Amino acid sequence: MPVLARSLESAGLATVTVTMMPDLAEKFRLSRIVGVEFPFGHAFGMPHDPEMQLAVSRAAAALLDHASEPESRVDLPIEWPVDTRTAYHDWQPTEASPIVALQIKRRQEAEAKRQATKD
Amino acid sequence: MTVDSYKFLPKSFRAGYESTPMQESETVWAPLGKPASEATVALITSAGIYLKAGQEPFDIEREKRDPTWGDPTYRAIPRGTLQAAIDATHLHINTRDVKEDLNVALPIRAFATLEADGTIGALAEEHYSFMGFQQAGADEWRSHYGPEVAERCKQADVDAVVLAPA
Repeated sequence: MPVLARSLESAGLATVTVTMMPDLAEKFRLSRIVGVEFPFGHAFGMPHDPEMQLAVSRAAAALLDHASEPESRVDLPIEWPVDTRTAYHDWQPTEASPIVALQIKRRQEAEAKRQATKD
Repeated sequence: MTVDSYKFLPKSFRAGYESTPMQESETVWAPLGKPASEATVALITSAGIYLKAGQEPFDIEREKRDPTWGDPTYRAIPRGTLQAAIDATHLHINTRDVKEDLNVALPIRAFATLEADGTIGALAEEHYSFMGFQQAGADEWRSHYGPEVAERCKQADVDAVVLAPA
Protein backbone atom coordinates (compact mmCIF):
# COMPACT_ATOMS: atom_id res chain seq x y z
CA MET A 1 0.00 0.00 0.00
CA PRO A 2 2.80 2.51 0.63
CA VAL A 3 3.80 1.89 -2.99
CA LEU A 4 0.29 2.83 -4.15
CA ALA A 5 0.21 5.91 -1.93
CA ARG A 6 3.47 7.10 -3.47
CA SER A 7 2.20 6.48 -7.02
CA LEU A 8 -0.92 8.50 -6.30
CA GLU A 9 0.90 11.35 -4.59
CA SER A 10 3.41 11.46 -7.44
CA ALA A 11 0.47 11.95 -9.80
CA GLY A 12 -0.72 14.92 -7.73
CA LEU A 13 -3.41 13.13 -5.73
CA ALA A 14 -3.52 13.78 -1.99
CA THR A 15 -3.71 10.55 0.00
CA VAL A 16 -4.54 9.52 3.53
CA THR A 17 -3.82 5.99 4.77
CA VAL A 18 -6.05 4.50 7.45
CA THR A 19 -4.06 1.76 9.10
CA MET A 20 -3.82 -0.64 12.01
CA MET A 21 -0.02 -0.20 11.88
CA PRO A 22 0.66 3.55 11.96
CA ASP A 23 4.22 2.96 13.27
CA LEU A 24 4.99 1.05 10.08
CA ALA A 25 3.27 3.68 7.94
CA GLU A 26 5.57 6.26 9.54
CA LYS A 27 8.60 4.19 8.59
CA PHE A 28 7.37 4.27 5.00
CA ARG A 29 7.03 8.04 5.39
CA LEU A 30 3.47 8.20 4.17
CA SER A 31 2.01 11.64 3.75
CA ARG A 32 -1.06 11.42 6.00
CA ILE A 33 -1.75 8.61 8.46
CA VAL A 34 -4.82 7.77 10.53
CA GLY A 35 -4.00 5.07 13.09
CA VAL A 36 -6.70 2.75 14.40
CA GLU A 37 -6.25 0.09 17.08
CA PHE A 38 -8.46 -2.41 15.29
CA PRO A 39 -7.90 -6.00 14.20
CA PHE A 40 -6.59 -6.48 10.67
CA GLY A 41 -9.15 -6.40 7.88
CA HIS A 42 -11.25 -3.81 9.74
CA ALA A 43 -9.66 -0.42 9.07
CA PHE A 44 -13.01 1.35 9.35
CA GLY A 45 -14.46 -0.60 12.24
CA MET A 46 -16.98 -3.26 13.12
CA PRO A 47 -19.35 -4.73 10.53
CA HIS A 48 -22.81 -3.18 10.66
CA ASP A 49 -21.61 -0.30 12.83
CA PRO A 50 -22.18 2.74 10.60
CA GLU A 51 -21.37 5.16 13.43
CA MET A 52 -17.91 3.71 14.05
CA GLN A 53 -17.20 3.54 10.32
CA LEU A 54 -18.32 7.15 9.92
CA ALA A 55 -16.14 8.34 12.82
CA VAL A 56 -13.04 6.82 11.20
CA SER A 57 -13.99 8.12 7.76
CA ARG A 58 -14.61 11.60 9.16
CA ALA A 59 -11.15 11.58 10.76
CA ALA A 60 -9.61 10.64 7.41
CA ALA A 61 -11.46 13.49 5.66
CA ALA A 62 -10.41 15.92 8.41
CA LEU A 63 -6.75 14.97 8.02
CA LEU A 64 -6.99 15.51 4.26
CA ASP A 65 -8.43 18.92 5.03
CA HIS A 66 -6.03 20.05 7.72
CA ALA A 67 -2.68 18.29 7.27
CA SER A 68 -0.26 20.99 6.22
CA GLU A 69 2.96 19.01 6.15
CA PRO A 70 4.19 15.53 5.20
CA GLU A 71 4.01 12.65 7.65
CA SER A 72 1.00 13.98 9.52
CA ARG A 73 -0.41 11.34 11.87
CA VAL A 74 -3.58 11.17 13.93
CA ASP A 75 -4.37 8.19 16.16
CA LEU A 76 -8.03 7.57 16.95
CA PRO A 77 -9.10 6.86 20.53
CA ILE A 78 -11.72 4.29 19.55
CA GLU A 79 -11.68 1.08 21.52
CA TRP A 80 -12.44 -2.19 19.73
CA PRO A 81 -15.60 -3.45 21.42
CA VAL A 82 -14.55 -7.11 21.53
CA ASP A 83 -12.08 -8.55 24.00
CA THR A 84 -8.54 -8.62 22.61
CA ARG A 85 -8.07 -12.40 22.76
CA THR A 86 -11.25 -13.03 20.75
CA ALA A 87 -10.52 -10.24 18.26
CA TYR A 88 -6.94 -11.49 17.83
CA HIS A 89 -8.19 -14.90 16.77
CA ASP A 90 -11.19 -13.67 14.77
CA TRP A 91 -9.26 -11.59 12.22
CA GLN A 92 -6.88 -14.39 11.29
CA PRO A 93 -7.49 -16.77 8.39
CA THR A 94 -8.73 -20.23 9.24
CA GLU A 95 -5.56 -21.72 7.74
CA ALA A 96 -2.05 -20.26 7.92
CA SER A 97 -1.30 -18.23 4.79
CA PRO A 98 1.02 -19.93 2.29
CA ILE A 99 4.00 -17.76 3.24
CA VAL A 100 3.47 -18.39 6.96
CA ALA A 101 3.02 -22.12 6.34
CA LEU A 102 6.27 -22.07 4.36
CA GLN A 103 8.10 -20.26 7.18
CA ILE A 104 6.79 -22.76 9.74
CA LYS A 105 7.91 -25.66 7.52
CA ARG A 106 11.38 -24.15 7.13
CA ARG A 107 11.69 -23.62 10.88
CA GLN A 108 10.65 -27.22 11.53
CA GLU A 109 13.14 -28.51 8.96
CA ALA A 110 15.94 -26.44 10.50
CA GLU A 111 15.02 -27.71 13.95
CA ALA A 112 14.97 -31.33 12.73
CA LYS A 113 18.39 -30.82 11.15
CA ARG A 114 19.73 -29.37 14.41
CA GLN A 115 18.37 -32.33 16.37
CA ALA A 116 19.88 -34.80 13.87
CA THR A 117 23.28 -33.12 14.18
CA LYS A 118 23.03 -33.25 17.98
CA ASP A 119 22.12 -36.95 17.93
CA MET B 1 -3.95 8.01 22.71
CA THR B 2 -1.16 6.36 20.75
CA VAL B 3 -2.28 3.33 18.78
CA ASP B 4 -0.44 0.11 19.58
CA SER B 5 0.53 -1.03 16.07
CA TYR B 6 1.26 -4.55 17.30
CA LYS B 7 -1.79 -5.22 19.48
CA PHE B 8 -3.41 -7.68 17.08
CA LEU B 9 -0.26 -8.90 15.34
CA PRO B 10 1.06 -12.43 16.01
CA LYS B 11 4.19 -12.14 18.16
CA SER B 12 6.31 -13.98 15.58
CA PHE B 13 5.71 -11.17 13.06
CA ARG B 14 6.57 -8.33 15.38
CA ALA B 15 10.36 -8.34 15.21
CA GLY B 16 10.30 -8.18 11.41
CA TYR B 17 8.08 -5.10 11.39
CA GLU B 18 9.91 -3.42 14.25
CA SER B 19 13.23 -3.83 12.49
CA THR B 20 11.92 -2.33 9.24
CA PRO B 21 14.24 0.61 8.63
CA MET B 22 12.96 4.12 8.14
CA GLN B 23 12.68 4.75 4.43
CA GLU B 24 15.42 7.10 3.34
CA SER B 25 13.65 8.82 0.47
CA GLU B 26 11.55 11.84 1.32
CA THR B 27 7.77 11.68 1.62
CA VAL B 28 6.02 12.25 -1.67
CA TRP B 29 3.54 14.99 -0.84
CA ALA B 30 0.67 16.24 -2.94
CA PRO B 31 -1.19 19.07 -1.22
CA LEU B 32 -4.96 18.79 -1.49
CA GLY B 33 -5.07 22.30 -2.89
CA LYS B 34 -8.70 22.91 -2.02
CA PRO B 35 -10.95 22.37 1.00
CA ALA B 36 -12.10 18.77 1.47
CA SER B 37 -15.63 20.14 1.11
CA GLU B 38 -14.83 20.79 -2.56
CA ALA B 39 -12.78 17.66 -3.20
CA THR B 40 -13.76 14.45 -4.96
CA VAL B 41 -12.59 11.43 -3.00
CA ALA B 42 -11.93 7.84 -4.10
CA LEU B 43 -11.30 4.83 -1.87
CA ILE B 44 -8.77 1.99 -2.14
CA THR B 45 -8.73 -1.19 -0.10
CA SER B 46 -6.40 -4.19 -0.15
CA ALA B 47 -9.04 -6.58 1.23
CA GLY B 48 -9.35 -8.57 -2.01
CA ILE B 49 -12.94 -7.50 -2.75
CA TYR B 50 -14.30 -8.20 -6.24
CA LEU B 51 -17.64 -8.21 -8.01
CA LYS B 52 -19.18 -11.64 -8.36
CA ALA B 53 -20.58 -10.70 -11.77
CA GLY B 54 -18.03 -9.92 -14.45
CA GLN B 55 -14.84 -9.95 -12.37
CA GLU B 56 -12.41 -12.77 -11.67
CA PRO B 57 -11.48 -13.52 -8.07
CA PHE B 58 -7.89 -12.68 -7.15
CA ASP B 59 -5.58 -15.56 -7.98
CA ILE B 60 -5.10 -17.27 -4.61
CA GLU B 61 -4.54 -20.65 -6.24
CA ARG B 62 -1.24 -19.44 -7.69
CA GLU B 63 -0.31 -17.95 -4.33
CA LYS B 64 -0.90 -21.35 -2.73
CA ARG B 65 1.54 -22.87 -5.22
CA ASP B 66 4.00 -19.98 -4.98
CA PRO B 67 3.81 -18.56 -1.43
CA THR B 68 6.03 -15.56 -2.10
CA TRP B 69 3.73 -14.36 -4.89
CA GLY B 70 0.56 -12.28 -4.43
CA ASP B 71 -1.86 -11.31 -7.19
CA PRO B 72 -0.94 -7.67 -7.97
CA THR B 73 -4.03 -6.87 -10.08
CA TYR B 74 -6.98 -4.75 -8.93
CA ARG B 75 -10.72 -4.51 -9.41
CA ALA B 76 -12.81 -1.37 -9.91
CA ILE B 77 -15.78 -1.26 -7.55
CA PRO B 78 -18.60 1.17 -8.45
CA ARG B 79 -19.96 3.26 -5.57
CA GLY B 80 -23.45 1.82 -5.95
CA THR B 81 -22.26 -1.74 -5.36
CA LEU B 82 -24.58 -3.74 -3.14
CA GLN B 83 -23.27 -6.08 -0.49
CA ALA B 84 -24.76 -9.09 -2.24
CA ALA B 85 -22.77 -8.27 -5.38
CA ILE B 86 -19.32 -8.69 -3.81
CA ASP B 87 -17.09 -11.47 -2.65
CA ALA B 88 -13.52 -11.40 -1.34
CA THR B 89 -10.43 -13.56 -1.58
CA HIS B 90 -7.50 -13.10 0.78
CA LEU B 91 -5.27 -15.72 2.37
CA HIS B 92 -3.86 -13.45 5.10
CA ILE B 93 -7.03 -12.27 6.81
CA ASN B 94 -10.38 -13.83 7.59
CA THR B 95 -12.75 -12.32 5.03
CA ARG B 96 -15.91 -13.18 6.96
CA ASP B 97 -16.65 -9.62 8.13
CA VAL B 98 -15.87 -8.04 4.72
CA LYS B 99 -18.30 -10.46 3.12
CA GLU B 100 -20.88 -9.39 5.68
CA ASP B 101 -20.25 -5.64 5.42
CA LEU B 102 -17.78 -4.41 2.82
CA ASN B 103 -17.78 -1.02 4.55
CA VAL B 104 -15.34 -2.32 7.17
CA ALA B 105 -12.67 -2.11 4.46
CA LEU B 106 -14.20 0.03 1.70
CA PRO B 107 -16.38 2.60 3.46
CA ILE B 108 -18.61 3.68 0.58
CA ARG B 109 -21.58 4.19 2.91
CA ALA B 110 -19.70 6.46 5.32
CA PHE B 111 -18.18 8.58 2.56
CA ALA B 112 -21.59 8.92 0.91
CA THR B 113 -22.73 10.36 4.25
CA LEU B 114 -19.75 12.74 4.24
CA GLU B 115 -20.72 13.78 0.72
CA ALA B 116 -24.32 14.35 1.79
CA ASP B 117 -23.37 16.49 4.81
CA GLY B 118 -20.86 18.53 2.80
CA THR B 119 -17.69 17.33 4.56
CA ILE B 120 -16.33 16.25 1.17
CA GLY B 121 -17.29 17.65 -2.18
CA ALA B 122 -18.13 14.33 -3.83
CA LEU B 123 -17.56 10.62 -3.55
CA ALA B 124 -16.11 9.27 -6.78
CA GLU B 125 -18.16 6.91 -8.89
CA GLU B 126 -15.42 4.28 -8.93
CA HIS B 127 -13.23 2.78 -6.19
CA TYR B 128 -10.45 0.20 -6.27
CA SER B 129 -9.74 -3.08 -4.59
CA PHE B 130 -6.34 -4.76 -4.44
CA MET B 131 -5.30 -7.84 -2.51
CA GLY B 132 -2.75 -7.33 0.21
CA PHE B 133 0.38 -9.31 0.70
CA GLN B 134 2.81 -8.25 -1.97
CA GLN B 135 6.49 -8.98 -2.10
CA ALA B 136 7.55 -9.28 -5.73
CA GLY B 137 4.13 -7.91 -6.69
CA ALA B 138 4.96 -4.56 -5.13
CA ASP B 139 7.15 -3.88 -8.15
CA GLU B 140 4.11 -4.30 -10.39
CA TRP B 141 2.15 -1.97 -8.16
CA ARG B 142 4.98 0.56 -8.46
CA SER B 143 5.58 0.25 -12.18
CA HIS B 144 2.14 -0.53 -13.55
CA TYR B 145 -0.97 -0.77 -11.40
CA GLY B 146 -0.28 2.23 -9.15
CA PRO B 147 0.24 4.65 -12.06
CA GLU B 148 -2.74 3.09 -13.87
CA VAL B 149 -5.10 3.67 -10.94
CA ALA B 150 -3.68 7.17 -10.49
CA GLU B 151 -4.49 7.89 -14.13
CA ARG B 152 -8.03 6.53 -13.75
CA CYS B 153 -8.49 8.77 -10.72
CA LYS B 154 -7.20 11.80 -12.63
CA GLN B 155 -9.53 11.03 -15.54
CA ALA B 156 -12.42 10.94 -13.06
CA ASP B 157 -11.40 14.32 -11.56
CA VAL B 158 -10.54 12.73 -8.22
CA ASP B 159 -8.59 15.03 -5.90
CA ALA B 160 -7.87 12.73 -2.96
CA VAL B 161 -7.66 9.04 -2.22
CA VAL B 162 -8.28 7.23 1.06
CA LEU B 163 -6.20 4.05 1.27
CA ALA B 164 -6.84 1.28 3.74
CA PRO B 165 -4.46 -1.67 3.97
CA ALA B 166 -6.32 -4.76 5.08
